Amino acid sequence: MGKFIRLKKGFTINLAGKASPKVVETEQPETFVIKPTDFFGTYMPKPVVKEGDAVKAGTPLFHDKKHEKVIYTSPVSGEVVEIKRGEKRKLLEIKILADKKVEYETFKKYSVSEIANLSVADLKDQILKSGVWPTLVQRPFGVVADPAVTPKAIHISAFDTHPLAPDYSILFKGQDHFFQVGVDILKRLTSGAVHVNTHSTSEIATVFSQVKGAEVNKFSGPHPVGCVGVQIHHLDPINKGQVVWTISPAGVIQIGKLFLNGVYDASRLIAVAGSEVKAPQYFKTYTGASVKKFIEGNLNSDNVRVISGNPLTGTAIGKDGHIGFYDQQVSVLPEGNYSEFIGWITPGERKLSFHRSIGLFSFLSPSKERVVDTNTHGEPRAFVQTGIFEQVTPMDVLPTFLLKSILAEDIDEMEALGIYEVVEEDLALCEFVDVSKHKVQEILRGGIELVQHS
Amino acid sequence: MEFIKHQIEKVKPHFEKGGKWEKHYYSFEALETFLFAPATTNDIKGSQIRDAIDLKRLMMTVIISMVPCLLFGMWNVGHQHFLAIGQAASFGEKFWIGVVQVMPIVVVSYGVGLGIEFVFATFRRHPVNEGFLVTGMLIPLVMPPDVPLWQVGLGTAFAVIIGKEAFGGTGMNVMNVALTARAFLYFAYPTDISGSVWTYIGEAKTVAGYSGATPLSLAADAATAGTNVIASFNSFGAGWNEGVFTFSNMFMGIMPGCIGETSTLMCLIGAFILIATGAGSWKVILSVFGGAYAMGLLLNVIGGNAFVEMPAHYHLVIGGLAFGAVFMATDPVTASQTETGKWIYGILIGVFTVLIRVFNPAYPEGIMLAILLMNVFAPLIDYFVVSANKKRRLQRATV
Repeated sequence: MGKFIRLKKGFTINLAGKASPKVVETEQPETFVIKPTDFFGTYMPKPVVKEGDAVKAGTPLFHDKKHEKVIYTSPVSGEVVEIKRGEKRKLLEIKILADKKVEYETFKKYSVSEIANLSVADLKDQILKSGVWPTLVQRPFGVVADPAVTPKAIHISAFDTHPLAPDYSILFKGQDHFFQVGVDILKRLTSGAVHVNTHSTSEIATVFSQVKGAEVNKFSGPHPVGCVGVQIHHLDPINKGQVVWTISPAGVIQIGKLFLNGVYDASRLIAVAGSEVKAPQYFKTYTGASVKKFIEGNLNSDNVRVISGNPLTGTAIGKDGHIGFYDQQVSVLPEGNYSEFIGWITPGERKLSFHRSIGLFSFLSPSKERVVDTNTHGEPRAFVQTGIFEQVTPMDVLPTFLLKSILAEDIDEMEALGIYEVVEEDLALCEFVDVSKHKVQEILRGGIELVQHS
Repeated sequence: MEFIKHQIEKVKPHFEKGGKWEKHYYSFEALETFLFAPATTNDIKGSQIRDAIDLKRLMMTVIISMVPCLLFGMWNVGHQHFLAIGQAASFGEKFWIGVVQVMPIVVVSYGVGLGIEFVFATFRRHPVNEGFLVTGMLIPLVMPPDVPLWQVGLGTAFAVIIGKEAFGGTGMNVMNVALTARAFLYFAYPTDISGSVWTYIGEAKTVAGYSGATPLSLAADAATAGTNVIASFNSFGAGWNEGVFTFSNMFMGIMPGCIGETSTLMCLIGAFILIATGAGSWKVILSVFGGAYAMGLLLNVIGGNAFVEMPAHYHLVIGGLAFGAVFMATDPVTASQTETGKWIYGILIGVFTVLIRVFNPAYPEGIMLAILLMNVFAPLIDYFVVSANKKRRLQRATV
């Protein structure tokens, strides 16, 4: 039986333009891109294809020189049209011009009973060579899992509380069987339990509630309760030297499909949402899709920011950018590139704030959906206000002290203050509410990399 | 508006890197962002949206919470002035005297402080921090109405340079800047911050029987003489300012004292604004009052001299306890930064205030020294709170 954990701290950002529960199947985008920069912890990604090569869904595109076993494969079939490199020839992206109909590399197919008899090595081997492996993320550090390690548990967050997040009951509808098989396989990879963490207030999709062999836990509370790091902290915290894996339900389903159908099926639903989208809804596409087709003619204005992922942790990609490997939503927000006369004091009910300072009244109507732009609303300053980060961090972690230890590059202190337990998304709200406008996520990743390479 | 914006855009390149006034970039930035909230957007990666709050708005909130104290203080300066010289005056006349007396102090405090801020911002290449907007208002409020303006300027300069910039600017200072200014004057010019400075007299002659004593000095005297403190409070001012030191009058703050800190009621209004807006920590405010009251009660039980036996609730309305608790102790930079630490920090301030008042008649104003002392100890309190957090994590690992 799973646990029921109630959390109080946090702040759910209620933005306008949530995706309506409608799944649209349009013509597929022309190009798909896999970006090595999406995968933290890759040192030297090395392409194994050349421009002009034909690939199928599941054909290797590149691997990391330090972890040659982990292979990153193509989500669709087509032709490699561009291998983009940046400074010092750093591999930035591999672009594929997709075929009209996706062809798949064939991997071995198994029945449910056959899967149960496979050895752990065979399971890992199939997941690795198909390119599904990178969906497994290791904590600490939030990097692609190391196949040589046996984690103490595997955690799956079965809901998303980020702003404009997709509804998982739509995203994974009808995938019950694949999810179950995926969980069965994951159970073999860990020495502990597989945790499926659900939200108590919304109706739990059968894909999660009916799953067998996993600990189904319930959580309640505001964002960041949906962040898997927060869930791990309350279920089974990570201590120094321990390793936990996390995986999204989409990854679990891909594992299930890989073994049952023998293909790397990168198809997925994405939510295209945000106040600047005319018709926010779900689209069926593949990992790494170009967003152009989904937003062209679907925008309310021109001065917008297109974000792969959610507005708290996402990446701005531009109107013809591509969706990141782990992202399942595209958010389109108004760009905040305007100046406002004495904007630091003008009152406004529409200005969203966690605080209640003079002129900020958004706390009076918390359930109102708001339009928030990308303006910084202020300038970077030294740490002044205290106790605010703690109000949006439902963990026994002291974010201010952790951040200061990172700025001081004090590795022992970072370890003692719990850097193993957090990644960017867990502290993203701190960045949002910060009066002094620190780049909390960037600072945190800097600290994680320092600890990781020490 | 478009015109101003256009002009700013036109001169901006001169202040940016490579421009002829590059050195003055941060001064320019301070003025520009004061006029227009900038058009900067969030980075490509990370949080794409940000809370509408910034440091300017937070500081403005604190300043607004001090306005009741300031306005009341102005009126009270005039009111006490006319009482001391034995003249009747209208509300307007009293307020006007106060404005004339107080505004120069405010102007000097802001002028000197902001001037130094801008100079340091230019030479040390750091942004002009909005913290001084609050400090610049706090300093006049803790000054006696009759303080010479050069002393205000000197105290402010000392506090900003030695108390703040020497540590790296706002956010890095160890001690509360406004209290540093006050403490500097207190120790540098002790004769000027005692006696009859608490009332502005001017050129006029005081009435017969006038005395510039404060409740704190009365209580200290009573302790030496062995008389009842409350009795000497209640009988004080007979003939020219009847009932000035009764409990209710002191709660209202209609008595001589520093410009902004006499009225416990106005401080409580300020506390309400700070707590409602989240700008000040309710934990600190409550625990300073609680700590002082508890210590007062404890001393009542133990007994000793007359000051020790003064009813505990009197401690909350005499001197600057309320003002210190609400506006000084809550300074987030110099207070304890952990939530548990804030309780300990506040309680100790209350306790030390009462101890200093009662047992150290040489320094009747306990709150100033208590806060400065606890400012120094706040990092130590945090150290223990943070250690406890680390220990929990370590224990979890070994179990």
